[in-house]
Amino acid sequence: MTFIHDTLLVFRRQTRLLLREPAFIVIAMIQPLLFLVLFGPLLTKLPAGTFGGRTTSDAWRFFVPGLLIQLGLFGSTFVGFAIISDWRAGIIERFRVTPVSRLAILSGRVLRDVCTLVLQAILLVLVGVAFGLRAPVPAVLVSLGFIVLVAIGLASVSYSVALLLKSEDAFAPLINTVVVPLMLLSGIMLPLTLGPGWLQDVARVSPFRYIIDAMRSAYAGQYWNSLMIEGVCVAAGLAIVCLLLGSRAFLKENA
Amino acid sequence: MPIIEATGLARTYRSRKRVVHAVRGVDLTVDEGEIVGFLGPNGAGKTTTLRMLTTLLRPTAGRATVAGADLLGDPVGVRRRIGFVPQAIGQTMGGTDNQAKVIEELRDQAALYRLGKADGVRRADLLLGQLDLAGLGDRLVKTLSGGQRRRLEIALGLVHEPPIVFLDEPTTGLDPQSRSNLWDHIRRLRSDLGTTVFLTTHYLEEADALCDRVIIIDNGVTVASGTPDELKRHVSGDVVTLKVSGPAGQAAALLAAQPIVRDVAESEEGLRLTVEHGEEALPALLRVLDGAGMTISSISLSRPTLDDVFLTLTGRSLRDDSPSSAGRPSGPTDQPGQQDLAAAASRK
Repeated sequence: MTFIHDTLLVFRRQTRLLLREPAFIVIAMIQPLLFLVLFGPLLTKLPAGTFGGRTTSDAWRFFVPGLLIQLGLFGSTFVGFAIISDWRAGIIERFRVTPVSRLAILSGRVLRDVCTLVLQAILLVLVGVAFGLRAPVPAVLVSLGFIVLVAIGLASVSYSVALLLKSEDAFAPLINTVVVPLMLLSGIMLPLTLGPGWLQDVARVSPFRYIIDAMRSAYAGQYWNSLMIEGVCVAAGLAIVCLLLGSRAFLKENA
Repeated sequence: MPIIEATGLARTYRSRKRVVHAVRGVDLTVDEGEIVGFLGPNGAGKTTTLRMLTTLLRPTAGRATVAGADLLGDPVGVRRRIGFVPQAIGQTMGGTDNQAKVIEELRDQAALYRLGKADGVRRADLLLGQLDLAGLGDRLVKTLSGGQRRRLEIALGLVHEPPIVFLDEPTTGLDPQSRSNLWDHIRRLRSDLGTTVFLTTHYLEEADALCDRVIIIDNGVTVASGTPDELKRHVSGDVVTLKVSGPAGQAAALLAAQPIVRDVAESEEGLRLTVEHGEEALPALLRVLDGAGMTISSISLSRPTLDDVFLTLTGRSLRDDSPSSAGRPSGPTDQPGQQDLAAAASRK
């Protein structure tokens, strides 16, 4: 399977380059914990019942899945920046004139981003446990599965849009305009049920709304219900559609 | 057998309102073992043509065979058999990563061409030596000098021992010493490995010193092809400048009557003759003047430069890259050589 060989080749190269930046490793470890440590404790002081339960553990079970989605959203939509500088360095073109699969230029990078994100997510959950999160192990695994699907989809789109724009100045505002509303409409920080009806209706357009509901349901010990089915369908659909769009951009004969 | 054969290669960009013909119709043939220079003013379609031949851009018309593979039908086959060294200035750079080590770049490149691990290690070590990069394997790319980095980029194009390598502006941005050093490396590619080299260049002296043959492109069409000498002869002829001891007017009339003399002009330096095949014309001219009893006090032969070829064919000079066609009389009977250059310079 030359495609797998090529993907692993790109994956190894990208991982090696990433690990060469010590600053990156520190930032990658601290960044996901900022909200958990600096914002999480506020939630546990909110009136009991806000998160559908009574204990601080309920608050953490609400908050940690939200942070995981936030990590996925931000972690994978920003990966496109790196490919713009690679393009400018002539690296994308250098790869495109070799017999290597052009799709592997994307898939190898996405694979690296997924791995990075899973490691960050595990760290986030572990620190969450230290703060008082109590969740069943299968629920944590389910949430990691969701993160993988979200990362595959968003990273693919991020790379292809960035390669299309070829300019950080255009890419940055675009990403912010898309990601911030998506994040707010997903009910990551606070339950959307606290909001007015119109806001809850608008939130239905955010796919992350469904994914986060499914994750929270799992953290509450409910693995088999309509929320979970909706969440899985939305996450898988998102990953497939985005991956197809990304592949098209990378397989295009003129880039 | 030609290693590149292209017919009517064209690339058209369509935007909402207009159609841009970046390349209108490129016909070219490159034989195995040649070093061919692809010359043209900025915007003539050099890089677009190169990108089409290397499968980075799909032609909108025409066809081509590169290294035995059909460009449109088997682009992966083309990629497997060619080496490509991108331009290192402008929008995109030469393709190396600042944070990578030199040896990693070479080994990764070998893996991209699906060489086995042992082969990759062997090729990488060999190329480090061949391109004067020995001992630099563990250095980060960002610590290399401009010349070293360029040689690494060329090494990357050679990892899989391709029968043909495309070099886009190989020496642009290098100091004169690194440039002539790189020329030696490019010559050795051909003499030691028999590699065919197809390069684009801005530098006339590069085309003159390095290339067996030059192909000139202007406005998206190939307008001339030949050895640098052929092109110069064909376009402008050679210039003979001589001084006679007798009356200049009489000598001028005598020489103008000779069939080998295309044009005679009197100037302060003496008589300026435009002739075909200067070396062969000299003895004949001497005989004619001798027969008429005139003594020559000085005589010199000068060849037109590639820039004269350029001016004549494209109406533009490669040197200043500005359109200088306005107000400039052109054509094959034009005064060739030094004067033309001086005139071009004075117009600036």
